[in-house]
Amino acid sequence: MKRSPVWSWIWLLIGVFYFFIPLVSTLEFSLRMIKGRYTFEAYRVAFEDPYFYLNFGYSMLWAVLTIVISLLLVVPTAFWVQLKLPKWRPYVEFVTLMPFVVPAVVLTFGLLRLYGRPPLSMNSTPVLLIAGYAVLSLPYMYRSVDAGLRAVDIRTLTEAAQSLGADWGTILKDVVFPNLRVALLSGIFLTFAIVMGEFTFASLLAKPAFGPYIELIGAQRAYTPQAVSVVSFLITWGSIMLIQWIGRGARGQVQVGGAR
Amino acid sequence: MAVERSPRADTGPRQDQGDAPSARPPRKPFSWTWVGVVPFLIFALLFLFLPSASIFIRSFEGPGGTVTLQNLLDIFQKSDIRNAYKLSLEISATTALGGAFFGFLLAYAVTIGGLPRAVRNFMLTFSGVASNFAGVPLAFAFVATMGNAGLVTRLIEAAVGVDIHEAGFSIYNFWGLSIVYMYFQFPLMVLIMAPALDGLRREWREACENLGGSTAHYWRHIALPILAPTLLGTTILLFGNAFGAYATAYAFTGSFLNLVPIVIGAQIQGDVLYNPGLGNAMALGMIIIMALVMLIYGWSQRRAARWMR
Repeated sequence: MKRSPVWSWIWLLIGVFYFFIPLVSTLEFSLRMIKGRYTFEAYRVAFEDPYFYLNFGYSMLWAVLTIVISLLLVVPTAFWVQLKLPKWRPYVEFVTLMPFVVPAVVLTFGLLRLYGRPPLSMNSTPVLLIAGYAVLSLPYMYRSVDAGLRAVDIRTLTEAAQSLGADWGTILKDVVFPNLRVALLSGIFLTFAIVMGEFTFASLLAKPAFGPYIELIGAQRAYTPQAVSVVSFLITWGSIMLIQWIGRGARGQVQVGGAR
Repeated sequence: MAVERSPRADTGPRQDQGDAPSARPPRKPFSWTWVGVVPFLIFALLFLFLPSASIFIRSFEGPGGTVTLQNLLDIFQKSDIRNAYKLSLEISATTALGGAFFGFLLAYAVTIGGLPRAVRNFMLTFSGVASNFAGVPLAFAFVATMGNAGLVTRLIEAAVGVDIHEAGFSIYNFWGLSIVYMYFQFPLMVLIMAPALDGLRREWREACENLGGSTAHYWRHIALPILAPTLLGTTILLFGNAFGAYATAYAFTGSFLNLVPIVIGAQIQGDVLYNPGLGNAMALGMIIIMALVMLIYGWSQRRAARWMR
């Protein structure tokens, strides 16, 4: 029973319009700084601002630190759970899903009340920010790594390597890591995209970052914020496209977005 | 009880077996494997569970360190707090239902709706991107779309000669923010529904047709009941997705809309409620609602797994 896909085309069209009109509008808006013609003036102004680079640089730094912490926390844990502690899997999974239960704004609230005031005034350092970002990245990093580990039956591979006399260093370097490359890269780029666009933690913890910077110039100027927003999309998009390109052929994973 | 080479781990030292400690060989295979997850658990304890526990405990803290239920009661009794919850729940429900509806139709269109395969791949890739597109840039994108000088605003003015903003239309309200939220809501629905729709087997449809069933019969009695847990679960997930959103709402409406996350954000920046305990109680309310969302989602996923293989 083959039906004509007219309705499908209609729904698709509505979807495409809904997706693209805001994007086209933003791009068009960012080109309209000089009255009467389209120029890249807003981009020139945006890129001339030293704070653009400063805040961008900070976000890059936070992203790198978050990725390192997140990898150190997740990879050994996921590997160990898969290999030695399968009974712990539900509990570890439960922990990695907790960031969905505790929204960013609530977690910031709790972190600041607990560690942001004497005797533990930790918010003079970026510890709380990085910790918050690492928590935010947990579900994505864990799912990504866990899916990678499950896909290759890491236990059999590890046992094979052990029976051939490999030590743990060799197993990690030559067996685990090459098989996890796609999963790790997905996790890394997703974390990168989340941190680069994040606003809630950075703003409420009063730390310099790209998200609050966009918000700030949004209150000060017209046109430039849209230009910076376009830059911000391109970063997010680049990361996600890269993830999808790296993971092509792998089993599809649903990613629930991070920084709302 | 030898557990040697068993993948099953000890969860702690065994002290209740009555044998003298010295009777054990010093290198007995007491399993230390659980130590491998300790760094992860310590991190989660410090930066996830302790902050949550602190919110829970301080929700019961009255002025001067007394213990009280008044903060939790205030959520229901104080009109501005109650209204904040009401507005947050309404906007989450609206965008969840709207996102689920359009997301389902779009997912249907690109999976089993008979469109070319290239369209499907493009739309799924794009949904992956769009569901991650939120926060400040998304808010600014919609300002550029439907704001005072936005493209759609000007196009409407050029077409029918009416400036919708001068005509009293504002986007910085409930419906405006709903439209913005929908941008990250319905791609998520597409992403989750597409595999579920792919999981509908052709045999089921053929069986229905062989028994003389129409398309309506198929959807009413076969497809929708099978998809129901996924539909319900994803709608709930979208609800939570909107409920916890802070950055998008803040950048789009500032403090025009009195949503729960906005109030909590203001409470962080300065004690706007003049009552720290009430701030904690509001945060606790969010955790409880999000926990319910995840419980229902988890339950529906287990239901959905019965048919989706």
